[in-house]
Amino acid sequence: MVTQTGQTAESARFSEMPDAGGHFGIYGGRFVAETLMGPLEELRLAYERYVGDADFQAELDRDLAQFVGRPSPLYHAERWSRELGGAQIYLKREDLNHTGAHKVNNTVGQAMLAKRMGKRRIIAETGAGQHGVASATVAARYGMECVVYMGAEDIQRQAINVYRMRLLGAKVVAVESGSRTLKDALNEAMRDWVSNVDDTFYIIGTVAGPHPYPAMVRDFQAVIGREARSQILAQAGRLPDALIACVGGGSNAIGLFHPFLDDAQVALYGVEGGGKGLDSGQHAAPLCAGRPGVLHGNRTYLMEDADGQIIETHSVSAGLDYPGVGPEHAWLKDIGRASYVAASDSEALEAFHELTRTEGIMPALESSHALAHARRLAPTLDKDRILIVNLSGRGDKDIHTVAALEGIKV
Amino acid sequence: MSRLATCFDALRGRGRTALIPYVTAGDPQPGVTVPLMHALVEAGADVLELGVPFSDPMADGPTIQAACERALRHHTGLGDVLAMVREFRSDNSYTPVVLMGYSNPIEVMGYEDFAVAAAHAGVDGVLTVDLPPEEGADLVAALNSREIDTIFLAAPTSDAGRIQRMSAGGGGFLYYVSFKGVTGADRLDVGAVRDQVARIRAHTDLPVGVGFGIRDAQIAAQIAAFADAVIVGSALVNRIAELAEQPQRIVAEAPQVIAQMRAAMDADGTVAAAN
Repeated sequence: MVTQTGQTAESARFSEMPDAGGHFGIYGGRFVAETLMGPLEELRLAYERYVGDADFQAELDRDLAQFVGRPSPLYHAERWSRELGGAQIYLKREDLNHTGAHKVNNTVGQAMLAKRMGKRRIIAETGAGQHGVASATVAARYGMECVVYMGAEDIQRQAINVYRMRLLGAKVVAVESGSRTLKDALNEAMRDWVSNVDDTFYIIGTVAGPHPYPAMVRDFQAVIGREARSQILAQAGRLPDALIACVGGGSNAIGLFHPFLDDAQVALYGVEGGGKGLDSGQHAAPLCAGRPGVLHGNRTYLMEDADGQIIETHSVSAGLDYPGVGPEHAWLKDIGRASYVAASDSEALEAFHELTRTEGIMPALESSHALAHARRLAPTLDKDRILIVNLSGRGDKDIHTVAALEGIKV
Repeated sequence: MSRLATCFDALRGRGRTALIPYVTAGDPQPGVTVPLMHALVEAGADVLELGVPFSDPMADGPTIQAACERALRHHTGLGDVLAMVREFRSDNSYTPVVLMGYSNPIEVMGYEDFAVAAAHAGVDGVLTVDLPPEEGADLVAALNSREIDTIFLAAPTSDAGRIQRMSAGGGGFLYYVSFKGVTGADRLDVGAVRDQVARIRAHTDLPVGVGFGIRDAQIAAQIAAFADAVIVGSALVNRIAELAEQPQRIVAEAPQVIAQMRAAMDADGTVAAAN
């Protein structure tokens, strides 16, 4: 049955997940130590209360418009589309947001929630530093104390973002345990939260973690897809044929996908960090090459060894360098609603250069993975087909990485 | 009756509080663990808690994180831990052994295969830190069918409904986490724990053990005055860490931490009984 909005009754269920316990099929849930079960329930209740609260929504909309700079444009990359010789590519310009990426959509929402819950202190984990910067930014904006956990290894690689966070007044704590990267920063943030749960709000930066985080972060990021949907209808007069977004934890992807989940005619592609290739074992592609397990409070696809130990990932893009993925993506993969592919480091770099030179837009290396898949897909499609790529962040932060890979000292 | 229930019944009959040391299996090397388990029993342990090493021990403080890292250098996995329990059982058929760890190694082995293997090895209880009752039904069922107890954590933030739920699904004992924090932190407030244990007892018939932050013999004795079990992890693991470069000394020397706690607990118990 097709309804007036063009949705089928059969597919309408895709957008209604998770269940009351935060499950997307067998994925998601709440796999945490008992001490956090009460606080997570308190958070769920607060979120559900404010998500429907007119004052909260009005304040959120105002900050998204005036502080973040929304709506972000949907840009028709005509020259690049012409060079590729196939489908028309539209870019959702999350790189133009304040702080330079989609991350701030979520941190504004969670900080407003923290304020209403009476929490004075916020903590966050960060890998590349983008979520840390977005958290430090809203902490400054709302006058809250902010502590950011960052792997010691990542602190070395992302010195500029560390300094940005400190300028914003945040304390950046180097995490020396485990592999000293994003997953360990997340462990340490959880340890802080369990120790200071009375006055502290933990702003998770992606659609992973225990319920309600995957659903809550998705809802804050879904503004991307809602805008894109109305923008493409206004510009092209129809829905796109496919959406493409990179997937680390998966927040920019789910934010773009979610408002289209029930539009069965729109194909969804999530692009994981293929690193040096899936066969090399040096990648960050749990959906393509991992298997289900439990980490960081949820069941999802993971990169792990035969004993269930989490293994180190590799991607040229620090923001994709994570061994897990949001549980809703795991579910969308299993039910076949979305397809997950990988783009290697070198494919991402080629796309980075190509977009920079043909459109004058320098994408983040994370987003370059989505562009790399668009580059593969577009030439196989007719010129009247439409692809929307989520340009989740800008590339300024990556110029040192790109230069170093090319042997240039900046 | 399960080995844990038999153990707690016997201790209650003797007016003795259980002492439960925790060690991470394979720390600092696999060969140390089984002899150390026997030495801990000789030092006065009534139940043994054996940690299954995990790469991302989210609920643990630095001491047990480091123990996991030492054990993982030798790739001690869940299968190896079960083999250690089986070896221990060849010389000890009475001391209950509880595995403590995280969900993922069990997920990977599969609940049913794990329950079979654990029963075969002689495991008596399983405490999975990141598996609250809401997510635990399938594992509890698999373990129950092999007569293995599921031990749940109760925290200062657990309300009465949650404690009843753990009590209904769990067995062996209830593990009360003495403060909001990670293992080994210096935050324990004996008076607050006493009040909380009294509150918990109103909602469960299971024995109540107290763990997290029991650093020395004096605190162990104070907790023993009202709890059914005193659980000691980081204080013992710290001693193992100090001896990690001289593993031949661990079996003889590390259990002294437990012997001192046992002596203090029994001395106070004698005084309490005399009063």
